[in-house]
Amino acid sequence: MHAMTFAFGGLGSAPFPPDVQEHLVGLDRSSRADETPSSDAATNENSVLDLVGVRLSFGGVVALSDIDLSVGRGEILAIIGPNGAGKSSIINVISGVYRPDRGRVRLSGRDHTQVPTQALARHGVARTFQNLALFRGLSVLDNVVAGRAYRTRSSFIGQIAGSGQARAEQVDARDRAARVLGFLHLSHVGDRLAGTLPYGLQKRVELARALVAEPKILLLDEPMAGMTATEKNEMADFVRAARDTLGTTVVLIEHDIGVVMGLSDRVVVLDYGRKIADGTPDEVQANQRVIDAYLGVAPENDDGEGI
Amino acid sequence: MSAIASDLPHSHFPARWAVTLALLAIAYVGVPLLGSSYLFEAILLPFLALSLAGVGLNILTGYAGQVSLGSAAFMAVGAFAAYNFNLRVDGLPLIASIVLAGFAAAAIGLVFGLPSLRLKGFYLAVSTLAAQFFVQWALTKFSWFSNDSASGVIDAPALSVAGFVFEGPVGRYYFALNVVAALTFLSYRLVNSQTGRNFIAVRDNETAARIIGVQVLKTKLLAFAVSSFIMGIAGVLWAFAYLRTVEPAGFNLDRSFQILFIVIIGGLASIRGAFFGAALIVVFPLLLSRLGSFLLGDVFDSGVLDMTQRIVLGVLIILFLILEPDGLVALWHRVRKRIGTALRRSRSQ
Ligand SMILES: Nc1ncnc2c1ncn2[C@@H]1O[C@H](COP(=O)(O)OP(=O)(O)OP(=O)(O)O)[C@@H](O)[C@H]1O
Ligand SMILES: [Mg+2]
Repeated sequence: MHAMTFAFGGLGSAPFPPDVQEHLVGLDRSSRADETPSSDAATNENSVLDLVGVRLSFGGVVALSDIDLSVGRGEILAIIGPNGAGKSSIINVISGVYRPDRGRVRLSGRDHTQVPTQALARHGVARTFQNLALFRGLSVLDNVVAGRAYRTRSSFIGQIAGSGQARAEQVDARDRAARVLGFLHLSHVGDRLAGTLPYGLQKRVELARALVAEPKILLLDEPMAGMTATEKNEMADFVRAARDTLGTTVVLIEHDIGVVMGLSDRVVVLDYGRKIADGTPDEVQANQRVIDAYLGVAPENDDGEGI
Repeated sequence: MSAIASDLPHSHFPARWAVTLALLAIAYVGVPLLGSSYLFEAILLPFLALSLAGVGLNILTGYAGQVSLGSAAFMAVGAFAAYNFNLRVDGLPLIASIVLAGFAAAAIGLVFGLPSLRLKGFYLAVSTLAAQFFVQWALTKFSWFSNDSASGVIDAPALSVAGFVFEGPVGRYYFALNVVAALTFLSYRLVNSQTGRNFIAVRDNETAARIIGVQVLKTKLLAFAVSSFIMGIAGVLWAFAYLRTVEPAGFNLDRSFQILFIVIIGGLASIRGAFFGAALIVVFPLLLSRLGSFLLGDVFDSGVLDMTQRIVLGVLIILFLILEPDGLVALWHRVRKRIGTALRRSRSQ
């Protein structure tokens, strides 16, 4: 597969311009009815994302029960667990796709009962999906350019007329998208329709679309599912490089224990919607409950099925 | 399912513009020199109006992914609004009446687009039927819209712009051509802008679009408004330039389906596809009737023709959906690619 033929070189070089930090700081944080300034002293001072007592159920199925979780700035946190444990549900709650029955999500200093999905990108959160969620009818480049949608200020009239603002936005978004494509070794497929790429490359385009928004928090739902070992390693390098160059906080769901242990700073283990372990990779690996519930039973799931 | 591509992402710029310029030259210079008045009256005028309606529906359905069966309603709103603005506002230039009619259609489109915020696909399509029936009912019921004319059929005003009157078949053809060319160009700009990208994003994956910060509700409503604006003006062309009368009957559900077929046969999410589709829909019945009377003589009367048309068209649509879901435009791309390779091969020999 052509995805594997690239060298790993250049990962350390900054793919983003120096004004990245400026953008991150300058993110527009409009207040909403659904959010209140956080007064919860119990949450970690250093954390950028907290879940407090989150419970989520579908009919009779309890997907998450009383989940407390806090993610530190610049941390790579992995969430593991058997199929149906509630991993994707956590990311869906954080991104506002699901509304929890109880509990709160604390994001950029505010408590939410339901995170406003529409404002997610402005809050500095980007995500990928377990099942591919690319815009199949757009080129790879345009998919990534679309990742800048939250920055668009020009009106459609201005865009039709080719106003200075609209053109500047377009040029800026294209430049950034091209750089991210280069960073992820995707430049050669920039013109292809996203839906026509092999699975592994599509996963990587999704990462590109998330990264181009220069998120403070990156949520990755099984970004390496269905990839070969080489592709997985490459992907892990990309994630690490994004953290190292941008200071992005990463929450990652992954079934491949080898990848998880190598990549993450901390691992959270879920089983039947409960958090059964939370610690460094070494601690988690030695935890008897984890071994019983997960590691011993289903060491790997490569087919990437599920929601 | 194959992905729905937007217009020609791969072709290079100069070639594309050369084709467009050549077509415009033919349309503006070649056709009027050669064409008979039958060509203008029976083929080119309905072709232009339906093409524009197809462009409008394609923005909504092809690009933004919102299925609509109310196209003819928005055309009707445009036609009647233009008629009434022209009739009731003294000294309003015709062009202003037409633009205002576009806005009226956009406003109605916006209202009937509201269900799209909750409904998708089939259910949305059914709810747009409400537009179709409501508008036709209102236009028939309230004779004020038809200036209380007894028959409900009214003459369209003369097509005069800044003192110049577009008269006769060729004049009306030029009028329609100007309007269609201008709006097609603007539509082309729109679908290639950030907003056009947002349309496709909402169509292909609404959740992902929302997550990356696309204002999904606003985008859907904008698609309804812009699309209805264009279809409204297509309705004006249909009534003012082609039929020369304004009547609700011509804007029925059949017309809405016809425009949907134009978009499907021509190719979803393709501006030029609307022109391919409209050409086929307009020319095909004429060819069929010629062919029928040539082969069968007197047996092939208008009843038989009508039935044959429906059957053949139905079969054609099914064939397209199965064999070429991306429409005539995809066929065209493939043929062009073939020719290109053949040329290159013959040149290199
Ligand atoms: N939209 C939904 N509707 C109904 N039930 C759901 C929905 N989403 C998740 N669930 C249920 O919630 C539970 C947790 O699902 P979730 O997708 O979070 O698991 P997961 O850990 O991501 O599993 P996998 O490894 O298979 O992706 C499962 O029992 C699932 O069936
Ligand atoms: Mg999952």
